[in-house]
Amino acid sequence: MPLIRDGKFIEDPFFFVPDGKAYPDEKGVIVTLARFQGERDTLFAHRKLVGVRLASNENPTVLKDDLHRLAAVVLEFPKFRDGRAFSWARMLRTRFDYKGEIRATGDFLFDQLAHMSRVGIDAFEVRQDFKIEDFHRALNEITHPYQPAADGKKTIRELRAG
Amino acid sequence: MYRYDEFDARFVAERVEQFRGQVARRLSGELTEDQFKPLRLMNGLYLQLHAYMLRVAVPYGTMNAKQLRMQAHIARKYDKGYGHFTTRQNIQFNWPRLVDVPDILADLASVEMHAIQTSGNCIRNVTADHFAGAAADEIEDPRPVAEMIRQWSSLHPEFSFLPRKFKIAVSGSPHDRAALKFHDMALEIVKNDAGETGYKVLVGGGMGRTPYIGYVAGEFVAKPDILAFLESVMRVYNEEGRRDNIYKARIKILANTLGPEEMRRRVMLEFAEIKKSGTLQVPEEERDRIDAYFRPPAFEALSDETPKGDADFENWAKTNVSKHRAPGYAIATISLKPIGGVPGDATAEQMDAIADLMDRFGITEIRVSHEQNLVLPHVRKRDLPAIHTRLKELGLATPNAGLITDIIACPGLDYCDLANARSIPIAQKISERFADLDRQHNIGELKIKISGCINACGHHHAGHIGILGVDKKGIEFYQLQLGGSGAEDASIGEILGPGFGKDEIADAVERVIGAYLDLRNDGERFLDTYRRVGIVPFKNVAYQEDLHAAY
Amino acid sequence: MPMAAPVPQMLTANRLKDGDVLYWKAGGWVEALRDGEVFAESAPADVALAEAQSFVTGNVVVNPYLFDVRVDANGIHPVKEREIIRAAGPSVRNDLGKQADPFTSPSVGRSTRAALASTSGGGQSVPMQRPPTRNAAHSDLPTKGEVKEETSSMDSFDVSI
Repeated sequence: MPLIRDGKFIEDPFFFVPDGKAYPDEKGVIVTLARFQGERDTLFAHRKLVGVRLASNENPTVLKDDLHRLAAVVLEFPKFRDGRAFSWARMLRTRFDYKGEIRATGDFLFDQLAHMSRVGIDAFEVRQDFKIEDFHRALNEITHPYQPAADGKKTIRELRAG
Repeated sequence: MYRYDEFDARFVAERVEQFRGQVARRLSGELTEDQFKPLRLMNGLYLQLHAYMLRVAVPYGTMNAKQLRMQAHIARKYDKGYGHFTTRQNIQFNWPRLVDVPDILADLASVEMHAIQTSGNCIRNVTADHFAGAAADEIEDPRPVAEMIRQWSSLHPEFSFLPRKFKIAVSGSPHDRAALKFHDMALEIVKNDAGETGYKVLVGGGMGRTPYIGYVAGEFVAKPDILAFLESVMRVYNEEGRRDNIYKARIKILANTLGPEEMRRRVMLEFAEIKKSGTLQVPEEERDRIDAYFRPPAFEALSDETPKGDADFENWAKTNVSKHRAPGYAIATISLKPIGGVPGDATAEQMDAIADLMDRFGITEIRVSHEQNLVLPHVRKRDLPAIHTRLKELGLATPNAGLITDIIACPGLDYCDLANARSIPIAQKISERFADLDRQHNIGELKIKISGCINACGHHHAGHIGILGVDKKGIEFYQLQLGGSGAEDASIGEILGPGFGKDEIADAVERVIGAYLDLRNDGERFLDTYRRVGIVPFKNVAYQEDLHAAY
Repeated sequence: MPMAAPVPQMLTANRLKDGDVLYWKAGGWVEALRDGEVFAESAPADVALAEAQSFVTGNVVVNPYLFDVRVDANGIHPVKEREIIRAAGPSVRNDLGKQADPFTSPSVGRSTRAALASTSGGGQSVPMQRPPTRNAAHSDLPTKGEVKEETSSMDSFDVSI
């Protein structure tokens, strides 16, 4: 699946290993929360890049002690209407000061990209024919936001103050 | 009232273009209906029974004459010459074409209006006491904080895909005219012991299938902290609100599952963190800046004598004129409930004429009330007779504010895709049955609220008499509820018993009124008598075939 | 044991571009209930519903579905109040909606409509070529041949990611 990271298409440094499957030899790996919790030490011992994939009902707080070692947290959007991941991303950035990759995967809309970016999601698994210009268009449809989020973007109130 | 600056203007303009793009992508098929639906809902566009319906936001129910004229223009140019004022202080148009909506939104933007977030699983229009800034009993105008909430909640990146819709109301008076306790979240302006004003924040109220009365989440939230506090509540809801069952997805369910203590604990956890970060603190300069927009017009020193007029004027003044905080001024309610009419509807001509009236008498604002009437907040008493005369010419002077014919009704099955039964014809029947003004005054204050389905957009749970339309094997039936109230003495109406057919419901209401008149003590409203005697006497008469058999 | 007679059905949808209520007839859509096709059996009804999906994917209509009707000497009558209202317009405003136009009104007889058609030249028998039911500020409603609304030259970009 094409991956956008920091506004450009990149080769995915991770491989998602479904539950029950064996680990590949190279690459970083992403595993589900349950698997991570069961194999944490092994993973960190043998992998340079470890990521955890959270279902939409899994609160990232459970990862708080491991975040400094996690290269990526993947947030699932099972259905675009399920907006929990917006809070999870925000939480990772502002509560836990997480600096690694926050990736969105699943069913989300072009029209959610701006919101996702504002709450701190910086990587997006997109469909084959998605164009990078459209990504940038999505992020710039509304120039100035009213409220602070996790992106540090200046709010309208701050801009008014000069 | 609030005036857009360049940032606000740019925001809505960009939003219009964004929606224009979304419509184009829908029409070309790049967006399926399933994908487009949440996007169009977040711009207030429903697909209803006959056509699309566009719900225009009227922030805290306030408009100026120019904005009112634009609604008339939209009604004429894009619709069928009328609009409907809603129970959330918005205005709805029932016949726009999808292809025209971007242009409608552009026209709205030109007068600093929009349809942002009037639908969808996001924070909706913030409603306020329709007498805000004018009422004699007001501690402080709640609209500045409503405006701050409006801005903060507009396209909020974290809270645009909530489990369900989220409705906020604000009031600045101990007398609750905004139905605070039936909202997902509500703010009441209060004073603490030190005499400072702050906010009592309520959560977990709601109507619908399972009505709840909200409880206190924050006894006194200081002004600088209010957005941080609200964000905390939203976060708890977004994270924990149910997503598995659409009927259990409102915050009222979460609030009652967790209970007040646990809810407050979680909110305070979030609040502590957000407050510490400082990002949402509202400094005094900002509060002052917003407050300045809402300063009332300079009130002249005028005689406080209420002018006399003919019998029609006197009748109108009895119910439709309310006490203003400034001597020589009054608040005038423009009834959109003509006897036998469609509650809450106004024609384009009426809207234009009201705008002209505002200009003629120097009234710079008009309010939409959640009871589907319009309110002129600052009227010189000496102008009242002339205003009344003009309103009468326009069919807008029905002297029934707060009386039994001042009925609240949702559009119902005549318009709405979600409805099970019609509500407007029931309102019309009851209105005609009780048309006699002496009889109306004898009955006194009586709020009848009618919903055409369990979604309760007619707020029937908060009606002194509430009527819920249901579908019983394809036939429209109407359930009666008694004793609801949306004021500070909030209560949920109690179901009387089996439903009534559409030809029986007005009779049933008449029997219930008869029982009230029979049982009441001096000075008791219907609601008071009901609360004193309970439901049984009403139940006994409601199902009598013969109107006079009970006595 | 003989089965109960199937309930006659019709197929309806809303037109995407303007939300108008439409009824299926012989592979296309008409604006008046009275002109629509009645399915006496469920098999052809289901076939039509399946065919209607192409109008969904073709972005002409949304939400097609079947609904029950009964037919008698006076014409076609939806069983549910909702569909009666949908076919006519708001019951509280008989000057609005399909009921206000003799060509789309469910309660105007065929002979009357034919008479009106012959005098006004309106296309009573041609689906979707109705005179506008709104004021003249609007452009005419599309004819059957027009499937797509003209769009501006939007870049095509993927929507669902």
